Amino acid sequence: MRITKHPVIHFPERRRVKFLFDGREIEGFEDEPIAAALIAQGIRVFSRSPRHGRARGFFCAIGNCSSCLMQVDGIANVRICVTKLAPGMRVETQRGRGHLVEKD
Amino acid sequence: MKRTDIAVCGSGPAGLSAAISAASLGAQVTLFEREDVLGGQLVKQIHKFFGSEKQYAATRGIEIARILARQVEVSENIQALPGTTVLGRYRDGSLMVERGQSVEIWQPQRLIVATGASETMLPFPGNDLPGVYGAGAVQTLMNVYGVAPGRRVLMVGAGNIGLIVSFQLLQAGINVEAVVEAAPQVGGYLVHAAKLRRQGVPILTSHTIKEAHGVDGVEGATIVQVSEDWQPIDGTERFLEVDTVCLAVGLSPLAELLWQAGCQMRYVPELGGHSPVRNEHMETTVKGVYAAGDVAGVEEASTALLEGQIAGLAAAASLGYSSEDLPRLLDEAMSELVSLRAGPRGEKVRRGISQVLRHGETA
Ligand SMILES: Cc1cc2nc3c(=O)[nH]c(=O)nc-3n(C[C@H](O)[C@H](O)[C@H](O)COP(=O)(O)OP(=O)(O)OC[C@H]3O[C@@H](n4cnc5c(N)ncnc54)[C@H](O)[C@@H]3O)c2cc1C
Repeated sequence: MRITKHPVIHFPERRRVKFLFDGREIEGFEDEPIAAALIAQGIRVFSRSPRHGRARGFFCAIGNCSSCLMQVDGIANVRICVTKLAPGMRVETQRGRGHLVEKD
Repeated sequence: MKRTDIAVCGSGPAGLSAAISAASLGAQVTLFEREDVLGGQLVKQIHKFFGSEKQYAATRGIEIARILARQVEVSENIQALPGTTVLGRYRDGSLMVERGQSVEIWQPQRLIVATGASETMLPFPGNDLPGVYGAGAVQTLMNVYGVAPGRRVLMVGAGNIGLIVSFQLLQAGINVEAVVEAAPQVGGYLVHAAKLRRQGVPILTSHTIKEAHGVDGVEGATIVQVSEDWQPIDGTERFLEVDTVCLAVGLSPLAELLWQAGCQMRYVPELGGHSPVRNEHMETTVKGVYAAGDVAGVEEASTALLEGQIAGLAAAASLGYSSEDLPRLLDEAMSELVSLRAGPRGEKVRRGISQVLRHGETA
């Protein structure tokens, strides 16, 4: 779902990187927000709500609303609308509230 | 602890112009912006702006951002810190700031809050489904990142934002099935509405969304006609096959920092919600704390630029910085603000401002 033709904006070609979404390898552009890479691949369920397990996705795009929280490289509650994609990242659907991890 | 004369939070038109004006008098300014680029809302605006020529009308928003950001970059008195979020303000006036993975404490002598506004949510069943997005988010996704939010969109709200974003969706090659507006008439400028109608997009006034359907994301939406007192009329429901619902039903000031600072706030619907009480120099009821732009009442970029200029000049002047033409600059900006709000279009805003403006030295 990338926009390729546009009358006003030119989107430059960026470096493609591979990352893991729930264990499956997919592609995105380096340094774009993780959310943009997922939506570009047609993925829009990012987490499940703690109590009713309802699907949660993108909403505000500016790190305000907490609708897009996912587990990234083992860390829970990452706001993926403002977190940049890096090669090899492990991005996982978050179920419930997530757990704190020990920093080593 | 890091020190600065003036901390400016937010780098939209209000914050940029506040920083530039304060620095022009010689004050040391630190500009905090949580995004990685300066410009705020302007960065997403690919249309030519309305407003007065002095405030860059007919220039695309994104171009205005570039012009102002360049002035910030060349100023020796401004330190711009993109990628930095101001988390809170302590009682002693210091700020807690998140920069990358670390936290810093800053002690500014003056604070200018220019954090803009956030989108208003609308209650309806299914409003939590993936595929229901704010208009700002849709703009960011398609105009900044080049990703389509969906293929078939229902736009809710026919104010300027709803109309402009609908047109931008068409420009990006995405279908807009309909624009619904609960009021009996279009709220935005008619030129924007006409552009949509020419492309065959129906704008349904006296209509709203009743429900978004779908299991793990929007698969359709029911719209319904509403009466003059905004009540749904039974039997007028209609199902639209859409995968995205875009909400453009207004903005409210993003005023957490002002609340934290203890500024007196007032609920003013004409300004989008709780807005700070202030004097004509944009100083709030807490001495040394200023507000400018949408956070002081939702308006537009042109007024945000002027409010920022006034706050920047006044804050720097209160620290003893001055110049020969300072009184003239301040007067000019204040009277331009008045003239921008003149006329029937500004009636609502004038009513709003009159409820939060206190004349005199400090608010
Ligand atoms: C679709 C659309 C079309 C528009 N068209 C026009 C037009 O044609 N003409 C016109 O005059 N106006 C237009 N506007 C309105 C205009 O964009 C806004 O009124 C204007 O941008 C407000 O400026 P601001 O500086 O107050 O806030 P913003 O531009 O919203 O900037 C606020 C900035 O503060 C940052 N921020 C927030 N919180 C923090 C924090 N805690 N720490 C650090 N940074 C923070 C944000 O990231 C943001 O960059 C339009 C708006 C939209 C949405």
